[in-house]
Amino acid sequence: MPETKNLSYAESVNAALRRALAERPEALLFGEDVAAPGGVFGVTKGLRREFGDRVFDTPISESAILGGAVGAAMFGRRPIAEIMWADFSLVALDQLVNQAANVRYVSRGSLSAPLTVRTQQGNAPGACAQHSQSLEAFFAHVPGLRVCLPATHQDAYDLLLSAIWCNDPVIVIENRTLYHAGKQQVQLGGDVQPVGGAAVRRPGRDVTVLTWGALQHRVLEAAGRLAGDGIEAEVLDARWVRPLDLEAVLASVRRTGRLVVAHEAHTVGGVGGEVLAAVAEAGLPLRCPPVRIGAPDTRIPAAPGLAAAVIPSTEVIAEAITKSVRA
Amino acid sequence: MPETAALLAHLESMRRIRSFEEEVTRLRATGDIVGSVHLCNGQEAIYVGACAALDLSRDAVFPTYRGHGWTLACGAPPHALFAELLGRATGINGGRGGSAYLSAPEYGMYGENSIVGAGAPIAAGAALAATFDGSGRVALAAFGDGAMNQGAVHEAMNFAAVRALPVIFLVENNHYSELTPIADMVRVDRLFKRASAYGMPGARIDGNDPEAVRQAVAEAVRRARSGAGPVLLEAMTQRIVGHYIGDAQHYRPSGDLDAALAAEPIGRLARELLGLGVAQSELDELEARVAREIADASARALADPVADPTTVLEHLYA
Repeated sequence: MPETKNLSYAESVNAALRRALAERPEALLFGEDVAAPGGVFGVTKGLRREFGDRVFDTPISESAILGGAVGAAMFGRRPIAEIMWADFSLVALDQLVNQAANVRYVSRGSLSAPLTVRTQQGNAPGACAQHSQSLEAFFAHVPGLRVCLPATHQDAYDLLLSAIWCNDPVIVIENRTLYHAGKQQVQLGGDVQPVGGAAVRRPGRDVTVLTWGALQHRVLEAAGRLAGDGIEAEVLDARWVRPLDLEAVLASVRRTGRLVVAHEAHTVGGVGGEVLAAVAEAGLPLRCPPVRIGAPDTRIPAAPGLAAAVIPSTEVIAEAITKSVRA
Repeated sequence: MPETAALLAHLESMRRIRSFEEEVTRLRATGDIVGSVHLCNGQEAIYVGACAALDLSRDAVFPTYRGHGWTLACGAPPHALFAELLGRATGINGGRGGSAYLSAPEYGMYGENSIVGAGAPIAAGAALAATFDGSGRVALAAFGDGAMNQGAVHEAMNFAAVRALPVIFLVENNHYSELTPIADMVRVDRLFKRASAYGMPGARIDGNDPEAVRQAVAEAVRRARSGAGPVLLEAMTQRIVGHYIGDAQHYRPSGDLDAALAAEPIGRLARELLGLGVAQSELDELEARVAREIADASARALADPVADPTTVLEHLYA
């Protein structure tokens, strides 16, 4: 039965994991420090006690974690593997790109790897360059994988369940700055939705701002400020970067005639470029050139002041939107 | 002493693999098969012996490339395998796998891997599933000596050991890490000794004797099914061909190939069977039967339609 609870983002993830483990006896939850310690961010607290051996700690071995997930998934388990920081997934990218993504295709559907990888990414004050990257474009580039970035408490719950219920390998990218940043009403126990689908976070007529992940909170802040200046930005949360809901983007851009894509990941080679290309290919008439906002072409430094100069700020986003509308 | 009938079955299975590889060599020369092909000639005893010890209705084999032999030893039909190598619609993976990335799960073969060592953690995962599903499944990860230097293999061995997963790690030590002697790549060339570092049994076995392999794997299977955890077996063998078709093998010292040919498992088992009183005519008949089977399978595969490009986007997602 659906119920509504006041939860943090971390607690919303925890609630989704609890439901998955309860409703899917084939579900397994494992990763570094997820069981007895309850996760380094406290996200998996209490699950070991409740579900016993189906929740377990692993060695610091990303290849074993992800490869183990692939093998277990091929044999009827529904593994949910945690990679503590998205940066660490690169240690074992082979298991995602060469292995998980190929299983169904090469076997013509006689094998499959319905695994879920939970990870978190992005910069937070004091994080070093190896703990700050935004890697969704890496994963989204790979046919066979599905990738989402829940940015609201409700999506932290809903998207994770969609991922776990999905019969393909799915990477769920959370963001640690959201985990403990306040509580919200979250509806639990509703129907599990199929993967895909963007969400309008703020309707508007002047410009479409497509975003995803934690940066959307800065985008919404910028849009709120600009409303005072008479600029009504429509903020669209992609949520899934693969499959990307292009229909929703095109429909919005058809109405507004303007497009700004804002993400925390590097602009070069990012998903934003892909969106702009798709809009161009669709032949939509734009009232001004489309804009990408992302991290400039540099590494992410440790000093908070330096990092803040790299990660798009509310001011940078607001300025880009204003320029776009006033062009 | 094993029954003569069992040894004859080993011989037939090994001969089928060898004939298959000889026909692949011919089809590569005619250009019917294209691309890089890695043959397993000389290593057949490992596949035949190991598969004889497994229950392939529930156990799962995860080979590394050079996998034609594994796939055939698991029982996959030569026709479907030829068709796969020839890019035919009837190929065992519809032309999506090819020589180095075959899978035949209906025969217990869950995916050759052309990333050296990458199958080891996946096999550990299959074994992990077995600890929850009550199937009693044992997973066998097979890879070459070179793969022993891959991080994924170390991670898989430690993970399997610490969780007592029912996995058999089987090293096909043919002395060459692709084109480089394994002895030049490791300080300790008795690779099975690494098992002790992970807290599991390790042993070096005669990889040119299918019966020795069968016995060692059978013992490892018993152990794994009992919940005692993984085992590392190092099966000593030799390639009697290059790393790939076209490899001139200049890196092999003189005499090395001759020694490999003298020790290769098919001639060795044939001599053993003659010594046990089996008639030469019976061996000749076995050989002719397998040759007909392979020639027929190859001809049928060549006559099959090529894989249909209009299906190329299918099966990416559920």
